[in-house]
Amino acid sequence: MKKLVYVDNNATTRVADEVLEEMLPYFTEHYGNPSSMHTFGGKLYRKIDEARAKVADLLGADHSEIIFTSCGTESDNAAVRGTLEAYPNKRHIITTRVEHPAVLSLCQYLARTGYEVTELHVDNNGLLDLEELRSSIRQDTALVSIMYANNETGVIFPIEEIGEIVKEKGITFHCDAVQAVGKLPLDMSKSTIDMLSLSGHKLHAPKGVGALYIKKGVKFKPFILGGHHENNRRAGTENVPYIVALGKACELAKKYLAEEQTRVRKLRDKLENEILFRVPNARLNGHKTFRLPNTTNISFEYVEGEAILLLLDEVGICASSGSACTSGSLEPSHVLRAMGVPFTAAHGSIRFSMSRYNTEEEMDYIAEHIPPVIRRLKEISPYAAEIEKLELARKG
Amino acid sequence: MWEYSKKVMDHFLHPRNVGEIENADAIGEIGNIACGDALRLYLKLKDGRIVDAKFKTFGCGSAIAAASALTEMVIGKTIEDASRITNQDIANYLDGLPEAKMHCSVMGMEALEAAIANYRGVKIKPTEEGTIICKCFGVTDNIIKRVILSNHLTTIEQVTHYTKAGGGCKSCHPEIQKILDEVWAKGELVTPKVKPPKKMTNIRKIQLIQETIDREIRPVLMLDGGDVELVDIEDNTVYVSFRGSCTECPSSKVTLKSTVESKLKEFVSEDLVVEEAGL
Repeated sequence: MKKLVYVDNNATTRVADEVLEEMLPYFTEHYGNPSSMHTFGGKLYRKIDEARAKVADLLGADHSEIIFTSCGTESDNAAVRGTLEAYPNKRHIITTRVEHPAVLSLCQYLARTGYEVTELHVDNNGLLDLEELRSSIRQDTALVSIMYANNETGVIFPIEEIGEIVKEKGITFHCDAVQAVGKLPLDMSKSTIDMLSLSGHKLHAPKGVGALYIKKGVKFKPFILGGHHENNRRAGTENVPYIVALGKACELAKKYLAEEQTRVRKLRDKLENEILFRVPNARLNGHKTFRLPNTTNISFEYVEGEAILLLLDEVGICASSGSACTSGSLEPSHVLRAMGVPFTAAHGSIRFSMSRYNTEEEMDYIAEHIPPVIRRLKEISPYAAEIEKLELARKG
Repeated sequence: MWEYSKKVMDHFLHPRNVGEIENADAIGEIGNIACGDALRLYLKLKDGRIVDAKFKTFGCGSAIAAASALTEMVIGKTIEDASRITNQDIANYLDGLPEAKMHCSVMGMEALEAAIANYRGVKIKPTEEGTIICKCFGVTDNIIKRVILSNHLTTIEQVTHYTKAGGGCKSCHPEIQKILDEVWAKGELVTPKVKPPKKMTNIRKIQLIQETIDREIRPVLMLDGGDVELVDIEDNTVYVSFRGSCTECPSSKVTLKSTVESKLKEFVSEDLVVEEAGL
């Protein structure tokens, strides 16, 4: 088999063997409907609750505060729309310019339908100005939705500080924590967060399952109607095997949380240092300290990201890019643009995101292959003269 | 992930004619780093024929492949022949490009045009360049019109895929729509109606029929998600076959007579009759 080095774990992760094993019997053996009035189906209710307890345990929440959804995007949609519906007279939303499209596109859509949306700015390091948040809050602000950690750069926001400002005014605080869950310790029992979204496939469960934490007492109207499921908060027959899988994945995530903080962080740091050391004109995007342990986002100036990815693909390395060309849009990543990363660097940004399945040897392999790939593309580039000037200026 | 043809991948992984030509007879440059791609094309000429071509590209896989393909296509051609290369020719040479990447082929065509203008010592006059419609990517109305016509584009999305225009802040979308409307509203804008002579060679007749179908008929059908293809010509009977939504459309028989036949009568010959193939 061709060599495969998968370092695109912020896009999706491999399903853990233990997770797959746990979920499989629920397809062909225990395939009943938990709502049925027979034991064969009805007994599955207990399985769902066990999974719910495991998700709650990872988040430091009560099991009654967790509802299962089909994905992170649904959780975000349910939180935002469910809050707005609960406060029909409040027409203002605060979010950030670097949110995932699951929140940002939704807010931009809502802005076209009569809501007012404030998108908070970030600085060159990708950090928020909390004074801007404070001054943006209005009488009619229904919701503040701010991500825990950025999917592209890994930059972590000071969520509890943000939450304190938001809760001071009694406003609902939603947090898209899709990239944070399983990578950072979370404790909802001590948190200011009212609602938190998570996605299964970012933490070694399959695609197609997510969860939304809703703090007890927070006003919320269901987004999907059509049944009594999830305590009348999310209709639709429960996706039993995937819910079981998410429960198991959360149990494992808790077990491996320390490893994310230590071993995975070391892998990331090693790769990052090697690349920045070996490749001239490589620059780090995002704050160096306030960052997820598994993510690094590096720009290679005067080289285009899709071309880098295609050449890396040739040697089995799977990463991703904020370049315009990879997304099908024509502009580079909205996150990097919001951070003021110049075009010369934004088009050539590459994100490496590790997981507990990565090894040190893989980091060596990547570090080995990056310099020749960049060199090759620089040689084709009409900006060779500019690159040289830049290199000289930095040395000088 | 993009589905690139084998040929695109081959030209990306093994680009031909990378580099610069010292004392080049013509240099054409297009794009810039803010737009995400740029191409510098060098030509060496002898007796009006291109004897060498080299390029440097900043851009994605298909931008590199398109530039590489372009150099192979122009070497050996006279300036006259090279000037007739269209973006569609470049895309065809690469066994096609994903639609969202067609702007890479347009970039190749524009670099070639710039190089030829450079060789001829012509400065492209501002009036010929037209007015900028898309401020994000600096695309003029003239280039948008040309690409719409030569590639039979009917939607804003297609215009963005081919020229990048409208791919940034989107505020120029109404203006692009206006250009689309203008181009397709009046067939006369496409080409002045010059009646072909009564006596035609068979080859000329076939060419004219194909051109008329491509220029006058398909764009109209494509607006509704349909399409039509020329299947055969027998004396004065033209056999066509409907594609896309036309195949299920109950009024396609009417379309056959009202659009296809009347256009062919108008632009090619009064004697033509159109039939649906295979019926």
